[in-house]
Amino acid sequence: MATSPKPSGSGPSQPGSSQSGSPRSAAPGGVRLIAAGDEISRIIDRIAHQILEKTDGAKDTVLVGIPTRGEHLAQRVAARIGTFAGIAPPLGILDITLYRDDLRTRGVRPLENTEEPDGGIDGKIVVLIDDVLFSGRTIRAAFDALRDWGRPKAIQLAVLVDRGHRELPIRADYVGKNIPTAREEQVFVAIAEFDGADGIVISPSTPDRAAAMELIKAQGES
Amino acid sequence: MTHLLSAADLSPEQAVEVLDTAEQIENSLAGREIKKLPTLRGRTVVNLFYEDSTRTRISFELAAKRLSADVINFSAKGSSVTKGESLKDTALTLQAMGADAVVIRHSASGSPHRLAQWVEGSVVNAGDGTHEHPTQALLDAFTMRKRTGRGPGDDLAGLNVTIVGDVLHSRVARSNVLLLDTLGANVTLVAPPTLLPVGTESWPVKVSYDLDAALPKSDVVMMLRVQRERMNASFFPTEREYSRRYGLDMARVGALGPDAIVMHPGPMNRGMEIASDVADSARSTIVEQVANGVSVRMAVLYLLLGGKA
Repeated sequence: MATSPKPSGSGPSQPGSSQSGSPRSAAPGGVRLIAAGDEISRIIDRIAHQILEKTDGAKDTVLVGIPTRGEHLAQRVAARIGTFAGIAPPLGILDITLYRDDLRTRGVRPLENTEEPDGGIDGKIVVLIDDVLFSGRTIRAAFDALRDWGRPKAIQLAVLVDRGHRELPIRADYVGKNIPTAREEQVFVAIAEFDGADGIVISPSTPDRAAAMELIKAQGES
Repeated sequence: MTHLLSAADLSPEQAVEVLDTAEQIENSLAGREIKKLPTLRGRTVVNLFYEDSTRTRISFELAAKRLSADVINFSAKGSSVTKGESLKDTALTLQAMGADAVVIRHSASGSPHRLAQWVEGSVVNAGDGTHEHPTQALLDAFTMRKRTGRGPGDDLAGLNVTIVGDVLHSRVARSNVLLLDTLGANVTLVAPPTLLPVGTESWPVKVSYDLDAALPKSDVVMMLRVQRERMNASFFPTEREYSRRYGLDMARVGALGPDAIVMHPGPMNRGMEIASDVADSARSTIVEQVANGVSVRMAVLYLLLGGKA
């Protein structure tokens, strides 16, 4: 899910402290739009270029998206790499639910798709792709899951949003947007294939999805 | 969901959730050399088997082990049960040892329900007397959904399933009737009148005594085992007669639609309720059912135990 985990209640509120994305418009309830529409497409293009550069033309590289939105992001990044380099890297989907270390405390959740990329991951550079990087626990679980798939040459991480508050020493190789947030704030990423429009919003608490989508769509059209 | 005691415990949404979870688990393990997930690390699953059942016990054991749970197999033979220990005392012992889930197979109908009152962990009914066997029904439904080209989120609406044979003694048939009705399938029971339980008129099924009439309309034919060990009365004149009227042979298979499948919960009496060449034909899902059983039982254990502290 794109909404970040439940707040712990600690940490000061820092409204309007976005580093690269000062709020462009706000809706009632303190929901702030950080990016929408073409801006997301440009971020994806940039990540695709960076991957090409860092992996020597995406040679021996596979992209692995983490459902739900990371899966769609990975598909888009792969398509853009295909456009820029002439050949799209193999694509995988990795649901990490069965590898989570917090199932006991947070309960079971429905499982999503998992598909190994064609040719496996042995000896390849695996680029994990997710929408939001927060505590880092999802990515840690992904490391465990990838180890069960094989032995990659390297694992890299691409995220659309890095919102901080890491609980593990994990850092992304490709970041679409750094958005400093308060811990209790929620980051909501919308992806056109899944939500109907592209956008990133921050809200002080669990966002009203309809209001967030309205804000994203209004901005995307203007 | 705390326990899985009866197929009737599952709402349509919950039933589809189990099937979806099984499918996702199967996808995540497909093609892997090491088929193991860390999901239930540190949990203990006890297989409490008062009745012999290699197939079901191994299936549950494998499911629990593939989710990294610790598994204890308890067989009544050679245990304190033979010294007279009651089910309640065994349950309290397991409770004291900290079992997170107990998978129970017992010859007495209703024993899993009693057990559920005595232990804090989850109880999974792995077959109680002639009453129910819910995970078998789930794996059958999972097999039907896959074989009929349905996928995640789908139920079995409109599927015509014919269950043939000894319904009277069959917990598999009972659980299947309940679950298939929940999932929207149309069920027809075909059996000699002596092998149909009293009260089937109140079940959500059609009843017929004529297998040949039922076959052309069937998408799925599920053959039940003739339980020789339970044939303590004259339920039918001779085995040959039963086989001639209710056995599935190649000639009868010819009456089925081109995509219809043949199922059997196993173990089979080849040549009795099912002819050998039918059991080994491409329509038969018997081996597939066994493989699907592990995925479905993993899904059940995950859904029951995954979120518990």
